[in-house]
Amino acid sequence: MAASANARLRLETVKLTALFGQHRAVRDVSLLFPAHTVTAIIGPSGCGKSTLLRCLNRMHELTPGASVEGDVLLDNVNIYAPDVSPVELRRRVGMVFQRPTPFPTMSIYDNVAAGLRVNGRQQRAEIDEAVAQALQQAALWEEVKDRLHTSALALSGGQQQRLCIARAVAPKPEILLLDEPTASLDPAGTQRIEELCHALKRLYTIVIVTHNMQQAARVSDYTAFMYLGNLIEVGKTNDIFTKPQVEQTEAYITGRFG
Amino acid sequence: MNRVLRRQITSRFMTALVIGLSFVAVLTLVLILGNLVLKGASSLDWAFFTKSPVPAGQTGGGVANAIVGTGIVVGLAALIGVPFGVGAGLYLAEYGGGRLGFLVRFIADVLNGTPSIVIGIVGWTFVVRPTSRFSALAGSVALAILMIPMLARTTEEIVRLVPHSLREAALALGYARWRTSLRIVARTALGGIVTGCLVGVARIAGETAPLLFTALGNLNFSVHVTQPMQTLSLQIYVYATGPFEEWHRLAWASALVLMGLVLIISLAARWVTRERYGSVR
Repeated sequence: MAASANARLRLETVKLTALFGQHRAVRDVSLLFPAHTVTAIIGPSGCGKSTLLRCLNRMHELTPGASVEGDVLLDNVNIYAPDVSPVELRRRVGMVFQRPTPFPTMSIYDNVAAGLRVNGRQQRAEIDEAVAQALQQAALWEEVKDRLHTSALALSGGQQQRLCIARAVAPKPEILLLDEPTASLDPAGTQRIEELCHALKRLYTIVIVTHNMQQAARVSDYTAFMYLGNLIEVGKTNDIFTKPQVEQTEAYITGRFG
Repeated sequence: MNRVLRRQITSRFMTALVIGLSFVAVLTLVLILGNLVLKGASSLDWAFFTKSPVPAGQTGGGVANAIVGTGIVVGLAALIGVPFGVGAGLYLAEYGGGRLGFLVRFIADVLNGTPSIVIGIVGWTFVVRPTSRFSALAGSVALAILMIPMLARTTEEIVRLVPHSLREAALALGYARWRTSLRIVARTALGGIVTGCLVGVARIAGETAPLLFTALGNLNFSVHVTQPMQTLSLQIYVYATGPFEEWHRLAWASALVLMGLVLIISLAARWVTRERYGSVR
């Protein structure tokens, strides 16, 4: 269903440069994220991979002094065009952060419904259904269906992170950005999130930032390697990990630096 | 071995010193409370809470007018002061990074340090003089002015404790900035904000100086906010400085009641912030 609606969707950066003041954290990156694929962005700490991700839903510009040059095209529309509202854009491009960020004053149900209510969809039955659907997509439904109206903080770290994924997918975004989503999770929690990536790409186009190369190899269709703000190499994940074209990429994935 | 012994002795000594000092601090409070109970409790009877004062020289009567007056004047002050104070605090924490924020913060700090009698004069100048009458409302305005900078700064500090990651999560979900501030940030900090307000109320409930030229005081029972009104603090001031033994007795009792009132508000603040999930305290 959503798959066909999203079939044309393309996310693309064109000569994208992200700045903090004068410092260029991302330099001249042109990158295509095909619909219904998982693209992993890898690279050592400080290479600009998170900054690049935050440019895709215009979160980068919220940092004082931050600015962007170049374009990000979503369905061939530049999301940095003056008539595009960043608030509306962020409803089309969902994001999950490094650490789980459930809203502490809200129940599990209200957390998932938070993004729906902001869209002005207020029909109770409609929200009920969307919440259940989102929790199922995040593989959390079975664990929480009997305590939807209890505090979200009582969940474990891994459950909280899946709750955040449910919250992000509930408004049915087109793109899902994952910023090191398993960085604070144990191996079991990590595995569940990785399985989710596979399941969710049928519905969404996923971009995942990770410093874990095995993770990139496991979950992604395409892998982009960044170093010092530059995009060094991008290609099919299999190719990047088996026959990288650039010396730096090979050095990084074989663990010689980073 | 010698060195260890010396450290142990120093440790014991410092611990004893700190315990001793805190004991002195607590002792002061106990002495004040004890003294109030000793001299005031005997005057607390049904009439004290239900009757208005009788003419000087007679015995009996109570401070019902002052108790009700304190409730009205302080309640009205909170009604005026809380929206401005909390609003300013939220502004300072969420949007107060620029020049205007600096200015507001600076003014709040200066106001916080202003002697309360000066605030009373402000109330007199801007409310009593234009309306040509002393009134409870003027007293409430003065107390509100006293309260606003206090609330602004405590609210700001509490709201700043809300993790930045929550703001980002809300914004990434398509929340507008104002909605993030109100629905996520302020909501998370609500427990702490309410405590700040209650502490602020407790603090102004005992103020006398700002009311001297505004609410003025009233020996009769009155609930008209446009008329002079009695409060416990004004009552204590008048009775304690008066010449009659009976007045002194009532002053002690009033002080005890006022103290009890503040204690109840403080306990309420404790109750609001009791240990629980989900909010910044």
